[in-house]
Amino acid sequence: MTTVTKLVDFDEVIEKFDPALGLEIHVELNTNTKMFCGCPAVFGGEPNTQVCPTCLGLPGAMPVVNGKAVESAIRIGLALNCEIAEWCRFARKNYFYPDMPKNFQTSQYDEPIAFEGFIDVDVEGETFRIDIERAHMEEDTGKSLHVGGSDGRIHGADYSLVDYNRAGIPLIEIVTKPIMGTGDKAPAVAKAYVSAIRDLIVALGVSDARMDQGSIRADVNLSLAPKGAGGLGTRSETKNVNSLRSVERAVRYEMARHAGILLDGGSVLQETRHFHENDGSTSSGREKSDAEDYRYFPEPDLVPVAPSREWVEELRLTLPENPAERRVRLQGAWGFADLEMRDAVAAGAIELIEETVAQGTAPQSARKWWVADLLRRANDAGVELAAVGVTPTQVAAVQALVDAKTINDKLARQVFDGLIAGEGTPAEIIEKRGLAMVSDDGPLLAAIDEALAAQPAIAEKIRGGNLAAAGAIIGAVMKATRGQADAGRVRELILEKLA
Amino acid sequence: MSNWITKTAAELVDALAAGETTSVELTQAHLDRIAAVDGDATAGVHAFLHVDAEGALAQAAESDARRAAGETRHLLDGIPIAVKDVLATQGLPTTCGSKILEGWIPPYDATVVRKVKAAGLPILGKTNMDEFAMGSSTEHSAYGPTRNPWDQTRIPGGSGGGSAAAVAAFEAPLALGTDTGGSIRQPGAVTGTVGVKPTYGGVSRYGLVALANSLDQVGPVTRTVLDSALLHELIGGHDPLDSTSVNQPVGAFVEAARQGAAGDLAGLKVGVIKELAGDGWQPGVMTRFAETVELLTKLGAEVTEIACPSFVHAMAAYYLILPAECSSNLAKFDAMRYGLRVVPEGDPSAETVMRATRDAGFGDEVKRRIMIGTYALSSGYYEAYYGQAQKVRTLISRDFAAAFEQVDVLVSPTSPTTAFPLGEKLDDPLAMYLQDLATIPANLAGVPGISVPAGLADEDGLPVGFQVLAPALADDRLYRVGAAVEAALSATWGGILLNQAPALEGGSK
Repeated sequence: MTTVTKLVDFDEVIEKFDPALGLEIHVELNTNTKMFCGCPAVFGGEPNTQVCPTCLGLPGAMPVVNGKAVESAIRIGLALNCEIAEWCRFARKNYFYPDMPKNFQTSQYDEPIAFEGFIDVDVEGETFRIDIERAHMEEDTGKSLHVGGSDGRIHGADYSLVDYNRAGIPLIEIVTKPIMGTGDKAPAVAKAYVSAIRDLIVALGVSDARMDQGSIRADVNLSLAPKGAGGLGTRSETKNVNSLRSVERAVRYEMARHAGILLDGGSVLQETRHFHENDGSTSSGREKSDAEDYRYFPEPDLVPVAPSREWVEELRLTLPENPAERRVRLQGAWGFADLEMRDAVAAGAIELIEETVAQGTAPQSARKWWVADLLRRANDAGVELAAVGVTPTQVAAVQALVDAKTINDKLARQVFDGLIAGEGTPAEIIEKRGLAMVSDDGPLLAAIDEALAAQPAIAEKIRGGNLAAAGAIIGAVMKATRGQADAGRVRELILEKLA
Repeated sequence: MSNWITKTAAELVDALAAGETTSVELTQAHLDRIAAVDGDATAGVHAFLHVDAEGALAQAAESDARRAAGETRHLLDGIPIAVKDVLATQGLPTTCGSKILEGWIPPYDATVVRKVKAAGLPILGKTNMDEFAMGSSTEHSAYGPTRNPWDQTRIPGGSGGGSAAAVAAFEAPLALGTDTGGSIRQPGAVTGTVGVKPTYGGVSRYGLVALANSLDQVGPVTRTVLDSALLHELIGGHDPLDSTSVNQPVGAFVEAARQGAAGDLAGLKVGVIKELAGDGWQPGVMTRFAETVELLTKLGAEVTEIACPSFVHAMAAYYLILPAECSSNLAKFDAMRYGLRVVPEGDPSAETVMRATRDAGFGDEVKRRIMIGTYALSSGYYEAYYGQAQKVRTLISRDFAAAFEQVDVLVSPTSPTTAFPLGEKLDDPLAMYLQDLATIPANLAGVPGISVPAGLADEDGLPVGFQVLAPALADDRLYRVGAAVEAALSATWGGILLNQAPALEGGSK
């Protein structure tokens, strides 16, 4: 980029402008087969091994709607408090895209399967109701691979290859109405909304819900209007943002960028933009005006979808507990403080804590490991908490060893190191690394004697009744035993000795 | 020259069953006929774009082996067939009459092709057609025109001129065609053959390279009504790969044809469509039509005139809906994955390759319709064009519904004229479009239609077609009425109309 982007300080943006958000979330469904054919819809696979005439768009091939995808779409719609269409159709969205086999996308246009819903999201104790305009069914495109050049982008590439394995995978696109009145909370609301949708999708079990693998991707629309003027400004659309943190950063960046343009008297270009993980910036994609013409018309190869009311009501009964309500219930059951619960939610740790607790671990212990220790490791590794390399079963096993005083918290952290490094079960790691605590009083007493002898002044204080001074001796004993002593037992032994 | 080629498929079925001949002999006879009369782009009938002698003979040999073992798969097992080049055939070229698909060999079979193969019919080859089925004369084929066996200076109708000419020239006893606005019936009319457009959804479209998906239908092209019934029963029925295909049992078409041939139409109510006759229609066509209507009366039918006022708008609606759908269908031909690729000089980009390929690969008529369709669907014009056309379509369906409350079938001439000279309408697209005036309403409403030979026009001695239309899913009525007309007229001609066709150079019949 040669043009200098002027970024306005966030506080100044809020002082002078009202932001409006619009979010489009694509959810890849986890159906066994693709949207319009019988090819497997699984992630990965050698390029072009999960394809047939239909998803390759070969001349003459025809689509047939995947009933399971319709079911998932209806359940998502119901969970978003939407109306479910009694009769709807697919439409062709005609445009050119290099990895789209038919050069039109089979989607839904003016007749979506679900419409007019809402979802409430919580940001720092304040509830925002996000109105859902529609949730519609469509198919994914293939994936281009640009070979040659330095950065894998099309510019500078020698040639491009296309993998159609993903072409035809069912997608649900969830579109909000413009989200107004969020003020300085706009970035947080955007993040909370995407997070809430992800939680809902996880609870419904309709998608792998992996943002890092693109099974949930968000397009972030943002516009600014002069403070108090009402209405909507010209929007930019930042495409395919693939983490919660990036959603927040993208909104923040676009607010700063739009404000810079507007305060200089310029006008914002309506365009799509790319988000850059490295510095949180966006850059221009392609210009997109309202005049873009997709020449929609009803897909003549597919019969209309007309879900019976009985079926819709049956599906309503399959809806899981509302994630927000569930959170209130779990917080009560676990006895977490508000801040503890909020941190656990923000960490994406609710399900992990729940599974750990289900295996007998005290809720506070489970929370401590996931939200403190393991979250830091996940952040360091740049992965989601669930992908950190330790399972709830393992956390429960480690905590059981702590409870049995086989190890202490400090040693437990080393067990987690071992688990992440794939060194085996907790017991094996303790054995291999020699982490078991010293349980025989003999070596401890010897170490205590040594410490007392080395620090006679402190020994004197303890004898004089200053029990707080015992800490220094305990520390020395722990050091001498390389952390493998039970600090409580050491304390008991010191007090017995000096009583 | 073997006399097997002049037999109807039903006669060949009997001959095979009686052990009088073999599938290999029949297939070879038709291959010989093709070699003798088909010629090429410059001379001859040119009904075929691709002949698969080796494949057909292998299939025929397998059929004979089955028959010897007493294991025939279907009544038509062993009867050779020609397939319009718009239907995907695994391992055989499929070009749709277009340069842009030159060299493309589909990795799969259209459902109708799969059914035909499964029933044991040897596939002789792929027949010529207007490019992507756009046209009424087969002159828009990128591989040169097909010539009418009755007069090789004339068109064989279109877009399925190849299939109709192959059957009329005794190169194949059976053929598959597709009918989007009349592309089976109008060629049938001008070549003296029988062509059926089944009810929309009555035959799977899977593997039919779409012209206009909401109008297309695969159907039989044969020499007799009974042969069409036999083939229709074979290819009809629900297909899980085509969700628009009707999930109902296939009708008893053969039985209906046999009943009709007995010649009794007592109590049948026939409506003559008022809007599909009169000024601008060739007198010789109207004369044969009037005689055939008179014949129906003699067979016991009650004939009345029926008004279908919306039919006058059918042509306009059709030429908006069809280009709209085809403009979308043809977008996939981007030079990247199959078919033609033209790389321009210099430093080509994907875009310039695509542009050069489409420029070279699509003919004028195709380009014309892509432009019209793109325009008709564009925002700001959608309601004025595509939206209005869909409304007309609804009105036409209502006209049919109202008409079929009064009568069992509707009739009209199939085509306003007999076969016109090659080249005559090539520079006048609107004049060409008028050829399908009488056939288009059935496609817009999804109802079935048949064209049966009604005799030769007095002024030019060329075949005239008689069209019968029935309500959706009442295709059996077409066979009953068609067979009755055929039986009565054949009795006066001393055989089917095709027997009056002139001998072709390179082979007597």
